[in-house]
Amino acid sequence: MDGIHDMGGMHGFGKVEPEPNEPVFHAPWEGRTFALNRALGYTGIWTIDQTRAGIERLPPDVYLSSSYYKKWEMRLENLIVELGLADADEIKAGHALRPGRTLKRKLNAADVPNTLTRGSFSRPAQAPARFKPGDRVRTKNIHPATHTRLPRYARGRSGVVEALRGCHVFPDTVAIGNGENPQWLYTVLFDGRELWGEKTDPSLKVSIEAFEPYLEAA
Amino acid sequence: MQLRVRALETVLAEKGYIDPAALDAIIEAYETKVGPHTGACVVAKAWSDPAFKRALIADASKAVASFGLLNRVGDHLIAVENTPKLHNMIVCTLCSCYPWEVLGLPPVWYKSAPYRSRAVNDPRGVLADFGVKLPADTQIRVWDSTAETRFIVLPMRPPGAEGWSEEKLATLVTRDCMIGTGLPKDPKNAKEAA
Repeated sequence: MDGIHDMGGMHGFGKVEPEPNEPVFHAPWEGRTFALNRALGYTGIWTIDQTRAGIERLPPDVYLSSSYYKKWEMRLENLIVELGLADADEIKAGHALRPGRTLKRKLNAADVPNTLTRGSFSRPAQAPARFKPGDRVRTKNIHPATHTRLPRYARGRSGVVEALRGCHVFPDTVAIGNGENPQWLYTVLFDGRELWGEKTDPSLKVSIEAFEPYLEAA
Repeated sequence: MQLRVRALETVLAEKGYIDPAALDAIIEAYETKVGPHTGACVVAKAWSDPAFKRALIADASKAVASFGLLNRVGDHLIAVENTPKLHNMIVCTLCSCYPWEVLGLPPVWYKSAPYRSRAVNDPRGVLADFGVKLPADTQIRVWDSTAETRFIVLPMRPPGAEGWSEEKLATLVTRDCMIGTGLPKDPKNAKEAA
């Protein structure tokens, strides 16, 4: 979706301000929110792209004015209700008012070390890759109202395939419950001037990781 | 927020979905075990061992898995090498994708609007915010993490650390230099601290 989350190239946000000696979490609730998301994710109730879409659907003013983990907390409340894990009156009451659903699995403390390694997103290919390194490609000018990983600044632009990264779960379908639909993934390299115009610093190159359905031969 | 999150946790625990002890273990792991020290060991080894460096650039997931000392990393880690002519920088313009397994959880600035908006069209301006200035003819390569592939920058080994052990070299490797917003510490200044 063409949401506020798609920030590449926007102006007006000011300087980057690194925080010296930054803690991992700035308050205990941030750690709890992070861990709740991880533990619920372990049950298999959602995919990573469903959770990204959950953040992207927050209203733009809320997105911009909320801290990172505040967004995670709001997303969590929304998804819990949407997926039927709990109802809004229970969250308000702070207690379960009805029995829970049966989920596939539950994370125990002893299994946490095994969850620190990411799962694989590689899947068997459904067809041969259309492109190879060195091929010139153009990204499609698409504007789906649902989740996509093709950023706005890189739509309708010419670039070169730099690498083939294997066949991966396709975010655009998995995020809306239409299956993993595995697609070839490429690193596509763009000249900065192709993205931002002739006056751009000629030393700039930008790459995106592009799924095959985002690309056409150029 | 503290009360709101506690209410959420209570509901989810009473429903039988989560175990609060598992949450404690997750928080402890990300506060104490997972962090940029892992990436720093990888970089220091690549600086010391040319065969490891070649393996790292060829397939970072495999190379790091063979390391032995570290947690296993997932399948999609990619190491990108800085040279005198090329400087790499990592961003996720769409959300906050970051190589957790080697760098830990991302700092707030990495997830912030200023970094995500400017890294792709004004990386030299971003570098200036970090106090880093590169020669005008150095090519700047920005990697937007728009899929499940994850990137770590292999910075150039600074001069002045000849003969240093891997362990000592790792003290020069900052988190920011593995994202591409910083450079390794100068060995002259690090000596006293190390």
